[in-house]
Amino acid sequence: MTVHPMISALRKHKAGVALIVLQVALTLAIVCNAIFIIGTRIERIARPTGLDEADLFLITQQWVGLGASADNMERLDAMQREDLATLRGLPEVASATPISSLPLLDSAAWNGAVDLRPVQSNASAKANFYFADEAALPTLGLRLLAGRNFEAGDVQHKPFGDVGAPAIVIVSKDLADRLFPDGDAVGKSVYLDGNAAPSRIVGITSRLQTPGINDYGAYYSVLVPSRFNSTFSRYAVRAKPGQRDAAMRAVSAALYRVNGQRVIADDGIRSYTDIRQQAYRADIGMALLMCGVSLILLCVTAAGIFGLTSFWVDQRRRQIGVRRALGARRRDVLSYFQLENLLIVGTGAMAGVALAIALNLLLISRYEMARLPVVHVLLGVLLMVCLSQLSTFIPARRAVKVEPASAIRSM
Amino acid sequence: MDEGARLFSYYVNLAFRSFRRSPGLTALMVLAISFGVAATMTTFAVFRAVSGDPIPWKSSRLFVPQVDTWGPAARGSSGEPPNALDYGTASALLRDHRGTLQSAIYKLSPAVQASQTGSHPINVDGHAVGAEFFPMLDVPFRYGSGWSRQDDEARANVAVISERLNRRLFGGENSVGRTLAIEGRSYRIVGVLRHWDPQPRFFDVVNTGGFSAAGEDLLLPFNTAIAAGIATTGNTACNKNPDEAGIAGLVHSGCAWIAYLVQLDSRDAANAYRRYLDGYARQLKDSGAVQWEPNNRLRDLPAWLDHLHVVPPDTGVSLLVALGLLVVCLVNTSGLLLAKFLRRSGEIGMRRAVGASRTAIYAQFLIESGMVGLAGGCLGLGLTAIGVMCVHWLLPADIASLARIDAVLLALTICLALLSTLLAGAYPTLRATRVQPSLQLKAF
Repeated sequence: MTVHPMISALRKHKAGVALIVLQVALTLAIVCNAIFIIGTRIERIARPTGLDEADLFLITQQWVGLGASADNMERLDAMQREDLATLRGLPEVASATPISSLPLLDSAAWNGAVDLRPVQSNASAKANFYFADEAALPTLGLRLLAGRNFEAGDVQHKPFGDVGAPAIVIVSKDLADRLFPDGDAVGKSVYLDGNAAPSRIVGITSRLQTPGINDYGAYYSVLVPSRFNSTFSRYAVRAKPGQRDAAMRAVSAALYRVNGQRVIADDGIRSYTDIRQQAYRADIGMALLMCGVSLILLCVTAAGIFGLTSFWVDQRRRQIGVRRALGARRRDVLSYFQLENLLIVGTGAMAGVALAIALNLLLISRYEMARLPVVHVLLGVLLMVCLSQLSTFIPARRAVKVEPASAIRSM
Repeated sequence: MDEGARLFSYYVNLAFRSFRRSPGLTALMVLAISFGVAATMTTFAVFRAVSGDPIPWKSSRLFVPQVDTWGPAARGSSGEPPNALDYGTASALLRDHRGTLQSAIYKLSPAVQASQTGSHPINVDGHAVGAEFFPMLDVPFRYGSGWSRQDDEARANVAVISERLNRRLFGGENSVGRTLAIEGRSYRIVGVLRHWDPQPRFFDVVNTGGFSAAGEDLLLPFNTAIAAGIATTGNTACNKNPDEAGIAGLVHSGCAWIAYLVQLDSRDAANAYRRYLDGYARQLKDSGAVQWEPNNRLRDLPAWLDHLHVVPPDTGVSLLVALGLLVVCLVNTSGLLLAKFLRRSGEIGMRRAVGASRTAIYAQFLIESGMVGLAGGCLGLGLTAIGVMCVHWLLPADIASLARIDAVLLALTICLALLSTLLAGAYPTLRATRVQPSLQLKAF
């Protein structure tokens, strides 16, 4: 079959063809970008934090009636140790650590410079500092890749916000590799936040994400063996396997029992599942929205093609009858409509690829999006072509059923 | 009944017949329009909520000053000074008092207890502000008022609380004059706010990120809060660690943690303030406190919100994509209407032959398109309601709670559906009027 008579037939429906081409092009442009947005969001959400997230939860609480003045530091620390002992003593709890923040918490991050030389002006790396004690590794479910963990004797206590110059630190593997590409970070010294005094790296942990969800160097983390003393405190708690909910119920009463002069807000005890969900809520929402829009678009376009092809089939009953009477097989009629559709949608798809790239450039310039990969465009084209072929098939099947005799009778 | 109305009802009747002849096609058009309109209106509801001016009557007269106390090394590629002020700069600007009204602001979340009752203490969110904060932002009061500048200077233990906190602690009665215990000290309530929940939290974007689900339940005098050592619960950016812990350390440090707002009533006043800031920075350099040239900014509120990207980019992308969806639905409807109208060439030829003018045909088919649009709009209303419900479920609470359905949105939905369908129907209708009566009649 040659394409030439098909094109001259389509000339009779210029407006209808133009509208389908336009619709296919626009649909493709939007769907490509939507799929791309969905892909990037899923990739973000799927980033591992490095934590063993099941059975983990976070407590944030505040003591009442005691200021954070220097005289109160010892008392505040005693209360924090008392809380930790209480938590660790609960039958549902496997381990607990004081901690300044957690991955994906998106608040209370303490970012600072990690330098290879003292009082350096340009930071060797920017990292996040987690302040915790020797229970941090088991509580967070981090693996020690090299060196040793903190010991109880290493852990200091400092007023809130005082990074100081800790004698020892544990760093995440990503940070260790960045600072010491030769893989010999353990035993080396680094300088935190422009300090003159060194901090010795005693251990390297597996991956550990930073609290910010939009951070770039998202896995550069430093564990500092220090409890922060302030009027509030934060504890990460690992429940025994499967007992997280029971543990979350138990801790509040236990803490109030040991010291009633405190506030644990409604959202003061949060499971890590909840923290993760909260952190990515906007991303999940955006991905679902794009999913919905793409689905509607594809349905509308498929239905539109279906409707117009039906109309054309009705309009051409006579031609089909004549062609059948002159010896065209049913298969020829079917493939005529399929090929015609391929021609139209192919044209639309080509325009659509250009539009998709244009839309992507617009989004890049206005909303700092990334560049659309070719794979997504090809995927979109394939999807579009298959869908339109499918929605042509049903009306074309009807065309096939036109009896040669009946079509000629109505002449 | 006059002629126009009679014709109108006749055309409506004809349209109904046409819909009955091809119910599938009609349903498809109505569905497409309603989906397109609903997607657009839902994303628009979110976009409108986040990109609105929180204080439209005054935003062009409110300014945020930035002073570079950190120098070129901390600026990064944008060359921007820190987003917040350090304590030294904030108190210097307050002392010089060059604007009509001004206030230094920081975020706090202390534990609060009504002194009279023996209840559990509760955590509340709020800000430490100056006396001029209240008139500057036209903060509405139910009882009492803000405190005075004398209270600021005397570091008086006074507080303004929200209607919500007043209800919770005092059962909603006039609590002015009663006392509150905040972090162990006693404060006298001088005012109770009427409902006040500006979104975005334009006066403290640095600490709230723009939109805040936390309440604005407690306002304390800035100087009093500092003296009482009430910690900031906002963001603190430091280029050097403070030597001391707590608020005392922050006060003596170069850390940027204080939001600042100043009202300047004219362009001249704004320019004068710019000169003043440059003079202040120049003085810092001359005194040897810093080594770099003045690098200050003074943005009005809309520019400031834009600078900090308060409108989440996702809402813009969503609106754009939804508009694209609407366009596709319109193109789709246009194609279907074209097919539908041309299928009736015989009918049109007949009507033209018996005397209907082109205008009459035009009216008939425009009314038919309009009815599709109206039906799409009505269905779109329902879908928009569902869409906004989904938004509440999907998006973070601080933004989702702002997306509302109101009369404006309803009217816009119907108008958008009607106008867009008429637009989509314009070309098919034009084609229908061009049908040659003689050609069609021959075919009969």
